[in-house]
Amino acid sequence: MSAVSLAGAVRSGERSARSIVEEHLAAVADGEGQIHAFNLVTADAALERADRVDAVVAQGGDPGPLAGVPVALKDNMCTRGVPTTCGSRILDGWRPPYDATVVERLDAAGAVIIGKTNMDEFAMGSSTENSAFGPTLNPCDTTRVPGGSSGGSAAAVAAGFTPLSLGSDTGGSIRQPAALCGVVGVKPTYGAVSRYGLVAFASSLDQIGPFARNVADAALLLEAVAGHDPLDSTSIPASAPDLLGVLDRGVEGLRVGVIEEISGSGPTGLEGFAPDVQSRLAEAAEALAAAGAVVEKASVPSTVFGLSAYYVIAPAEASSNLARFDGVRFGLRVDADNTVEMNAATRTAGFGDEVKRRIMLGTYALSAGYYDAYYGKSQKVRTLIVEDFARAYQSFDLLLSPTAPTTAFPIGEKVDDPMLMYLNDVCTIPSNLAGHPAMSVPFGVGDDGLPVGVQVLAPANGEPSMFRAAAVLEAAAGGSAGVAP
Amino acid sequence: MTSGTASEMDGWEVVIGLEVHAELATATKLFSGARNEFGGEPNENVDPVSLGLPGSLPVLNEKAVELAIRVGLALNCSVQASEFARKNYFYPDMPKDFQISQFDQPINGEGWLELPDGRRIGIERAHLEEDTGKSTHVGGGGRIHEASYSLVDYNRAGVPLIEIVGKPDLRSGDDARAYVSELRSILVAIGASDGKMEEGSMRVDCNVSVRPVGQDQLGTRCEVKNINSLRSLGRAITYESRRQVDLIASGQEVDQQTRHWNEEDGRTHTLRSKEEAFDYRYFPEPDLVPVAPSAEWIDEIRAAMPLLPGERRHRLAEEACIQPSAAALTVERGLDDLALAAMDLGADPERVLVHVENNLADGQGALTADAFAALVAMETGGDLTATQAKTVLADLVDSGGDPAAVAASHGFEAMDTSELEGLVDGLIAEHPDDWEAFVDGDEGERRKKSGFFVGQIMKATRGQADGRVVNEILERLAADA
Repeated sequence: MSAVSLAGAVRSGERSARSIVEEHLAAVADGEGQIHAFNLVTADAALERADRVDAVVAQGGDPGPLAGVPVALKDNMCTRGVPTTCGSRILDGWRPPYDATVVERLDAAGAVIIGKTNMDEFAMGSSTENSAFGPTLNPCDTTRVPGGSSGGSAAAVAAGFTPLSLGSDTGGSIRQPAALCGVVGVKPTYGAVSRYGLVAFASSLDQIGPFARNVADAALLLEAVAGHDPLDSTSIPASAPDLLGVLDRGVEGLRVGVIEEISGSGPTGLEGFAPDVQSRLAEAAEALAAAGAVVEKASVPSTVFGLSAYYVIAPAEASSNLARFDGVRFGLRVDADNTVEMNAATRTAGFGDEVKRRIMLGTYALSAGYYDAYYGKSQKVRTLIVEDFARAYQSFDLLLSPTAPTTAFPIGEKVDDPMLMYLNDVCTIPSNLAGHPAMSVPFGVGDDGLPVGVQVLAPANGEPSMFRAAAVLEAAAGGSAGVAP
Repeated sequence: MTSGTASEMDGWEVVIGLEVHAELATATKLFSGARNEFGGEPNENVDPVSLGLPGSLPVLNEKAVELAIRVGLALNCSVQASEFARKNYFYPDMPKDFQISQFDQPINGEGWLELPDGRRIGIERAHLEEDTGKSTHVGGGGRIHEASYSLVDYNRAGVPLIEIVGKPDLRSGDDARAYVSELRSILVAIGASDGKMEEGSMRVDCNVSVRPVGQDQLGTRCEVKNINSLRSLGRAITYESRRQVDLIASGQEVDQQTRHWNEEDGRTHTLRSKEEAFDYRYFPEPDLVPVAPSAEWIDEIRAAMPLLPGERRHRLAEEACIQPSAAALTVERGLDDLALAAMDLGADPERVLVHVENNLADGQGALTADAFAALVAMETGGDLTATQAKTVLADLVDSGGDPAAVAASHGFEAMDTSELEGLVDGLIAEHPDDWEAFVDGDEGERRKKSGFFVGQIMKATRGQADGRVVNEILERLAADA
C-alpha cells in the first residue's frame, strides 16, 4: 500500500497505526538480514508512537497527514536520546540531546519513525560501502550496491521495510541510490527543508529529501517536512509548496530540455553512459512529448566541470565541518598524553579512509597559497553553472538527464578507485552546486534487468512542475516502482 | 634588559597598534538563545549550538549586529554589507574547532577614535565574532603541559565579541592606555559592552615594533597577549619595546612572534614564532547568509545613539571656554550634564569645574543643578568663602537642600571688610617681624608670610574669612607702609 493510502486508512479509522507499524517491523525482521538497510530499528518506540496516533484517532482528533505511516531516517539526522552515528565509529555512544527539525515535523504530521538507516560514513560515498557498520545491499540484486550515500534509506523503501524514508543529498546521495534501487528520490531546492539537526557534510550543498515507492508518496513526505525554519539561516522564508494538489496536471505545454552534456549525447559532453540508460532516457523524453510537453535538446555546457568543482568545495566545507569530532565533547575518545595527541588519535581511529581522504583534500584546498587556485576557482565554476542553468531555463521549464550513468554496479567493483566512484555523481552534482531541485524517477530497467532512473531538474522552487513531470513519467513507466509487494 | 633607562630609548620610536576584543552586552549568544552571562556554574549557559553539537546551526543575533553597528558609528567607521567566515584551528576551548568570525568583509570598515588630547587614532576595522570557552588545567601547577587533565567551561563559548583593530598610530604606553581608556568609555556610553577588563569582557592584544626616529618603514612587530589591565598594558609595552631595541642594538633581529605577557615577572615570553603561526584557512561561513544592514536601519541606530564622550568634552569645552582636554575629567565622571545645567543657570564656569574636579570625585549624590548654581552664585558674590562653599557642597551632595539654608545652619555669614581689617591690624601688631619680612622680603618670602597671615586669620575666624579678601588687605597695607 502507498503511504497516501496508509495515512488515509489511519485517519479514517479503517486501520490502526499499530497494525501498520507491526506489519512493517515484521518485514524488517524478515528481510533485514539480507539487506542491512538499518543501523538501528527503534521498534519499541515506534509501537508506542503508533499507539499514541491511534489514541488521537480514537479521541476524534486530527492525527496529521502522515498518520501512522512508518518513516526511516538516514542516520545523520539527530534524534533525541537515540544514537545517531553518521555511519562512523567516531560518534560511538553519542545520543543527541535534541531532535532535528525534520524529526519534529514528522512527529507533528503523525508519522512513526521506525529506525535509522545505513549510509556512507558522513555521507561520503556513492555505494554505502563506506559505512563503518558494513555495506547495505541492493534489494533488487543483493550482489549489487544500493548506491549512496543514502543507500540504507533507498534500500529500506525498495525492500518494503517502510513506505517512506528521508535521505540527504550533497552531490546526488538521494537521487543516485533511488535510481539504483528503483524508487523515487527527491533533492529539494536548497533551503526548502531545514538542515537543523542534519549532521553537516558540505553545508552549502546538503539538502534533506524523501524516498518513496511512488511520486505521490514522495510529494506527501516532502510537503510534511518542507517549509521555513528559523533555526536554519539558509531556510527559504516560505511555507511548503502544494505538490499533491498539482500532481495530475500533466505536462501539456511545458518545455523540457534534455541536457546533452550529462546524458552522453552531445559532442562536448561526458562519456561513460551505458547505452541502456541512454535508451531509457530517450524513451522518457518521448513519453513526456507524448503527454504534450515540448521536448528538445538542451545545452548546459559548464555541467561537465561540476564534478571537479564539487570535489574541491564539498571536501573544503567537510574539512571544517568535521573538525569538531575531536574527542573532547562527544563520541569516541582515544586517550593520549596531551590534547593534541588525543585529537589525532581519536580522529585516526574514528574516521574511515574516504572521510580522511576528503578532509585532507579540503584542508589542502583551503590552505594559504592554494585557496585561489582551488577553492576560489571552484566557486567561479559554481557561478558559471548557476549562470548556465539560468540561461537554459529561459528556454525550458524543466531539464532531463539520466540520474546515474549506469545501473547498480557489483559490490566491491569501485571501492578501490575513488575517481571511478566519484563519476557516479556527474549527473546529480550540478543541481547541488546550483541549489536547484531535482528528482529521480524509476523508468524501466537496463539490459541487466536492474532499475534505471531518469532525473528531472527544475529551477529553484520549481518543485510543482518537477513533480508534474515525474507523475507523467511514472505513469508511462507503468505505475509504481520498486521490487516490494 | 629591564633596567634600561629612558635615555636608552632615545633615538627610537615605539609603534603600537591594538586589537581590542569586547564582549557585547546582549541577553543571548551571538548564534543561539543560550544566555550571555558572566559567572554561573560551569556549562550552565549552553545549548546544542554553543556546544557545537553535530547538526546544530548558527542563527545570527540581531541585537549583536545592532550593537556592532553602534560601535562602528561611534568609531566613525563605514558601516557596510558584510559576511561571516570560518577561522579554522583546533582548540578544545572552541566547540566546533573553528571560530565564526569576519574576514574580508567586516561589518565596520575604516574609522577613527579621538583621544581626549585631540589626536585621532585610526581604526582599521571592527568586526563581529564569537568568543571561545575557558579551559582549566588541573594538576601540574595549572600549566597546560604538566596538567594531569583539563576541564572546559563553555559558558563563554559563542558570546558575541566585537574586535576593534586599531592602526599602528600609538607611540607610547601612555598613548595606548589613553586609547583603551577612551575606547572603554565609548563602549560603555553606547551600551555596547560593560568594558570590564578584570572580568575579561574587554581584552587587549598589543602589536609593538620599534624603529629609529625618522624611519618611515615599520619595524618587525611582536604581538603581546594576556594583558589584563591598563597598568599591565603600559608595563608590557615598556618591556617589549626595550627588549626589541636591545636586540637591534646588539646586532640581532626582531623575530615576528606572538608573545605572552607574564604579570609576575614583568616580561614577555615567546608563545609562537611566525613559522608556527596557524594557517586559519578562512572561507565564507556557509551556514549563515550575508548581513547587509539597510540605510534605514543604520539611520535608526544612529538617531538613538547617546552623545559620545568626545562630543561631550567638546560641548562642555565650548560652554566653559576651555580646551576639550580640560573637560576630560568632568566628562569621565559623568558630571558634564550637571555642570552645563549649572552654567545655564548663570553659575561661573570656572568655579563649577573647580568644584566638579576637586569636590565631586564621588559623583553628584543629592546635588541638583539649581542648588549647585545657587551655591556657586553665593561663592562668587562673596557670601561664602571657597572653604565654606566646599563644606556646604558636601552637605548638598549628602542630603540635598537649599544652599542658603545649609550655609546658615553652619553659621556661615560673610564677614564685612572693616571687621577683617581690624583683625589684620591686630595681627600685624602682634607679629611685627613677620610683617617686616612680608613688606621687605622677596617674592618667595612675601608668599610665605602671606600664607602665615591668612592662616592666622582663618584660625581666628574659624574659616569664615575669605582668604582672597585678606590678601587684598595685606597688599594694600604693605603698599601704604
